[in-house]
Amino acid sequence: MLDKIQEFASEFFVTGDPLILGAQVSIAIAMVAIVFVLTYFRKWVWLWREWLTTVDHKRIGIMYIICSILMLFRGGVDALLMRLQLAVPNAEFLHPEHYNQIFTTHGVIMILFMAMPLMFGLFNVIMPLQIGARDVAYPFLNALSFWLFFFGAMLFNVSFIIGGSPDAGWLAYPPLSGLEHSPGVGQNFYIWGIQISGIGSLATGINFIVTILKMRAPGMTLMKMPMFTWSVFSSCIIIIFAFPILTVTLALLFLDRFLGAHFFTLDGGGNPMMYINLIWMWGHPEVYIVILPAFGIFSEIVATFSKKTLFGYKSMVFAMLIISVLSFFTWVHHFFTMGSGADVNVFFAITTMAIAIPTGAKVFNWLFTMYRGRIKFTTPMLWTIAFIPCFVIGGMTGVLLSVAPADFQFHNSYFLIAHFHQVLIGGVAFGYFAGLYYWWPKMFGFKLNEHLGKWAFWLWNIGFYVCFMPQYFLGLDGMTRRVSTYDFDMGWGSLNMVSTVGGFLMGIGFIFQVWQIAYSIKHHEKDVTGDPWDGRTLEWSIPSPAPVYNFAVTPHVEHVDDWWETKQKRAAAGAAKEPRPVYEPIHMPKNSAIPFVKSALWFFVGFGFVWDWMWMAIPALIGVGICMLARSFTYDDDYYIQVDEIERTEAALRGVKA
Amino acid sequence: MAQAHAAAKGGHGHHDHGHHDLESMKTFGFWLFLITDCILFGTLFATYIVLRGNTNGGPTPEELFQMPMILAETFILLTSSFTSGLAVLAMHQGKVKQLIGWLIVTALLGASFIGLEIYEFVHMVHEGATISTSAFLSGFFALVGTHGLHVSLGLVWMIGLMIQLRRRGITPVTKRKVEVLSLYWHFLDVVWIFVLTVVYLMGVM
Repeated sequence: MLDKIQEFASEFFVTGDPLILGAQVSIAIAMVAIVFVLTYFRKWVWLWREWLTTVDHKRIGIMYIICSILMLFRGGVDALLMRLQLAVPNAEFLHPEHYNQIFTTHGVIMILFMAMPLMFGLFNVIMPLQIGARDVAYPFLNALSFWLFFFGAMLFNVSFIIGGSPDAGWLAYPPLSGLEHSPGVGQNFYIWGIQISGIGSLATGINFIVTILKMRAPGMTLMKMPMFTWSVFSSCIIIIFAFPILTVTLALLFLDRFLGAHFFTLDGGGNPMMYINLIWMWGHPEVYIVILPAFGIFSEIVATFSKKTLFGYKSMVFAMLIISVLSFFTWVHHFFTMGSGADVNVFFAITTMAIAIPTGAKVFNWLFTMYRGRIKFTTPMLWTIAFIPCFVIGGMTGVLLSVAPADFQFHNSYFLIAHFHQVLIGGVAFGYFAGLYYWWPKMFGFKLNEHLGKWAFWLWNIGFYVCFMPQYFLGLDGMTRRVSTYDFDMGWGSLNMVSTVGGFLMGIGFIFQVWQIAYSIKHHEKDVTGDPWDGRTLEWSIPSPAPVYNFAVTPHVEHVDDWWETKQKRAAAGAAKEPRPVYEPIHMPKNSAIPFVKSALWFFVGFGFVWDWMWMAIPALIGVGICMLARSFTYDDDYYIQVDEIERTEAALRGVKA
Repeated sequence: MAQAHAAAKGGHGHHDHGHHDLESMKTFGFWLFLITDCILFGTLFATYIVLRGNTNGGPTPEELFQMPMILAETFILLTSSFTSGLAVLAMHQGKVKQLIGWLIVTALLGASFIGLEIYEFVHMVHEGATISTSAFLSGFFALVGTHGLHVSLGLVWMIGLMIQLRRRGITPVTKRKVEVLSLYWHFLDVVWIFVLTVVYLMGVM
């Protein structure tokens, strides 16, 4: 009996690695500490009422952002472990198997559990405010999306202490990820973690398209929407076309592993190449899903801190929409070398290069916006300026990679690694950091400390170039990706050491950012204006942090930068007092526990299927069904905020005594 | 930014969040969901077409498909789409009993479709044609099974909706729910036409 339990435990928990043991111990300590703090300060009810059951898009956005910063930490630690292993030749810091797991989880976490939620966080917090909406189209579905992401991410993350991490790369190509070559549970964690959170992403895509199309304030035509809202729109269009493909692909891989189907196996007539086509039909658009919102953020920041209207508004919109269409015609460039034939390669080489055209137009638009502007070098603006050269270099190396014959040389080398980190860190991470700094006062009512922010900025930026520039040369020198070690006589040692130093500089930059947040929470000055940057769009017209109903009175929009125009008009009219607004009761959705409970049940469905425990998966699946019916039978899901409460809230937020 | 609450008020009923009609907005979202479902089925169709010839020495489509039964399934599902349309017509006339009646007919037809499909699958498995026999059959079971799963979910949904209609009658909310369900049901019908053509007719040709 005891033997059996021991055997089970050694299979269930990952043992025998001091690094993982350390992680297990610290996770256990952290969990005990969280439970203790919540109990000691009696915060359980508060947590449940105010956060876990909330349908307020701003709070959901904040929860997305918190989770993504935690995931940035985890993905970053993975990165530094890899860089440590590669710093010197013949290193024995990580076993090859452990190294495989780390690069797999690093990729998955950074793209799907860091970039995506950070993006959704900014969507949620800002986009409805930009269009003058009280809420998103489906607040309940929005909460469900968040909790599906959260529990999907948790399911993926427990794999490294329970059962073992997936190790077949971030896109899990079969046959390597099939049952024959990955018999453990790691791949199952991969499939279910991504599947559950992916359904949440798909729902967000639908939700935000409807929000943008149906909930704009009166007067805001499509061509008067702020650029960030446009970027959310184009990104969501890609989401609703790309994510169903991912859903099917992962489901088929699961059928292969679980029921012995032959979609992607080597025997039985299966076709592994089909997986690679399918996964990139989702995977390539995915990179545009995450980059387009960054473009939107840069457009907002450039205009605000240059004190100028964005140059070429219409061409920006057009460029984004073109990119969202073209993104679906480039997937084959991820496997030029896999024998598609010259004609196919040429087609996809040209479509790939074509994307550089609208992107280039955007870069020029940002530069022209800055031209003759009164530029203020705040932290969000610094990240934006740093993005431009970084993205231009990354874009040009991308065009080099898109030349099919040249790609036969660069394919799977460190040149590629350097390229996509340059566009994903220099574009997406810099962009979302810029957005986070820019909209932080809107979320919390105070600015982050600029001094520490600039330290973080320079550490990140210098670290970035020190880390990735050597990798281009390593790639040209023949170093391939996914190698866990190399010999002295390859001559890659010194460049790798430099690259590792750069990686750690970025790590220190991250520590500065955490310090910056902690310091600013303690020493901030409250922003009472609601408009600390002298912004241009509607989100700055309301107090910070925004009240639960966002706009006490629905704004009427006349211009592209409507809030800016209003401020100009007010200044021209002198200090005449605004007429006292007339409030009306505001209709709001009620909180609900169903999104949390249902997503938690999905976690158990996933966990059950991972371990082939039908006794867990089937009851949990039935529970999911009951949750759906319970929601369908809920009619009492809304309430009204009365006028006197709005008056009190507004007075308090604007610092006036009622 | 003129504070135009008067303008904002115009055209807004009881159920609003400061925007246009909530129920029609939900229907619009459902159309978008159907687009994503189209892509989902499109991907499964593409998979099936790629793998169709890879029978791995196992049974071929000609040997497996029993066309009389498939045509019966088709006839039943098409009829159920028609009766769900009659249900919506009854709803627009405000006849709740007739509405529920047609929904019951639709559900019964849907259930017999599922019954026949289960019979077909069981029959195939007994003949040794399982999901793990060949890539062709993997593609077949995934595609047709996903359609069947959609129909089954639609049935559960329909039963839940009939209970709500009994309790509440025809309100803006239940009205929208019936319309959305009917959209879903017609959509599944269209998908089935493609299944019939691509899987069965092209299989036995």
